[in-house]
Amino acid sequence: MDKTWNNKAWFMVLPVLLLVAFNAIIPLMTVVNYSVQETFGDNVFFFHGVGWFQDVMHSERFHAALLRQLFFTAIILAIQIPLGVAIALTMPRKGIWVSVCLVLMALPLLIPWNVVGAIWNIMALPDIGLLGRGLNSMGFDYNYTRQPFAAWFTLILMDVWHWTSLVVLLAYAGLISIPDAYYQAAKIDGASRLAVFRYIQLPKMKRVLTIAILLRFMDSFMIYTEPAVLTGGGPGNATTLLSIDLVKIALGQFDLGPAAAMSIIYFLIVLLLSWVFYTLMMRNEAQS
Amino acid sequence: MKRVIWLVPALYILFLMVPIYWLVNMSFKTTNEILGSFTLWPTNFTLENYEKIFTDPTWYSGYINSIIYVSINTLISVSVALPAAYAFSRYRFLGDKHLFFWLLTNRMAPPAVFALPFFQLYSAIGLFDTHIAVALAHCLFNIPLAVWILEGFMSGVPKEINETAYIDGYSFPKFFAKIFMPLIASGIGVTAFFCFMFSWVELLLAKTLTSVAAKPIAAVMTRTASTSGYELGLLAAAGALTIIPGAVVIYFVRNYIAKGFALGRV
Repeated sequence: MDKTWNNKAWFMVLPVLLLVAFNAIIPLMTVVNYSVQETFGDNVFFFHGVGWFQDVMHSERFHAALLRQLFFTAIILAIQIPLGVAIALTMPRKGIWVSVCLVLMALPLLIPWNVVGAIWNIMALPDIGLLGRGLNSMGFDYNYTRQPFAAWFTLILMDVWHWTSLVVLLAYAGLISIPDAYYQAAKIDGASRLAVFRYIQLPKMKRVLTIAILLRFMDSFMIYTEPAVLTGGGPGNATTLLSIDLVKIALGQFDLGPAAAMSIIYFLIVLLLSWVFYTLMMRNEAQS
Repeated sequence: MKRVIWLVPALYILFLMVPIYWLVNMSFKTTNEILGSFTLWPTNFTLENYEKIFTDPTWYSGYINSIIYVSINTLISVSVALPAAYAFSRYRFLGDKHLFFWLLTNRMAPPAVFALPFFQLYSAIGLFDTHIAVALAHCLFNIPLAVWILEGFMSGVPKEINETAYIDGYSFPKFFAKIFMPLIASGIGVTAFFCFMFSWVELLLAKTLTSVAAKPIAAVMTRTASTSGYELGLLAAAGALTIIPGAVVIYFVRNYIAKGFALGRV
């Protein structure tokens, strides 16, 4: 649609701009402020330059947390995107079961994040939880509060449980927008199931899948509440993802300078990667 | 092959339901039964946990607080997002594309980054521990979301509608309220649902900005879990109750939920 050029439209955007700027720019400037200052307490601050940034960039602890974070996000994307697409492909297309599937699948998305953590905490307790007790009685030695591998396993299972439905819903929305004529044409041409997927369904899902990847990337990179409730970053530091480490430094040890510098680096990473996805998304939109 | 294909979604739904079943199951058990034995369903069925939540003010006020700030937030977000989304969908103006992306970046800001500055900001303006503070703070990610979703719905309405209305002699406010709003009613509904939902599930900011008077249910849960030892049954009951609001409204938006998650872009 061609839009008219009208700078008065700014007035319509103004309330949004003011409210979001109040919440975004003031706290962000506070963080920037802390990141370049040093304090010895009593609210006396002095300029420290880029010292904190250098410290954070060279800190083993930050590298380890960042690595764990990247690892986590990579696993989440590698599991949830294909799984979500597979489930969307096998979902019914019409009838009452569509509503049943949609409602039940969307349910985990609407549960408060700390409750998600609590649910899996209760589920995975080795002595009284269904999952923990079940695995142990099958002969696996499973205790997520002591074994790093078990903690990671539980964490990933929890996130798959929590967020795969998002990918399913988006992929499904992309699939049902394909007109029947496309499938009929494929049938006449004698296309195989794989060819239908590769040349009809996948291209049609491209747009929604880009959004799904963008959202899943952003949210899994920022994940805090669920692992904080489930494992609290333990055992040891095994599941201390970036945001958990950040909260430990900022609120636990009250090291404001390093925490602020780390926040900014963290935010820039998310921003940069999201911008790449966003540009891809807008390019797709321009094409279609 | 065709016969067993329904197994995939069925198994997936089973996987989704088992942990919820375990939560509900546990909420009907006594603490003794939870800690003493392993049972797949409650043998001494009890409503004790729910009774405690509905009679103890620290518990039920948590739900009331959450609902208050979530409602305020939804109201603010949708009402300021409506004109903005209209501007983005109908006009081009200086810096519009940059502004649109900047809005999205706020959805990307890790709340962990903002927790402490938010605490200081809202303490400084004297709003700490009020419902309005949490409602305003949640605008950070809910307003961009609302603008994006509404813009998607509004772009689907043909522009000719505007012109016809002007020829019929409608003024802009009258056109917006009488003709345009009903056309995107489902969009407004979905947007309100999403604002409600994201404000409802967020914990970190809500917990940071409140202490007593406006404490959300999520914070009551985490604090109780750590102070009064291991009252798992109570925790499970409180958790089960937080699922209900989402479960009630989800049926009405089921066909639009994907469009909402795609930020209005399916």
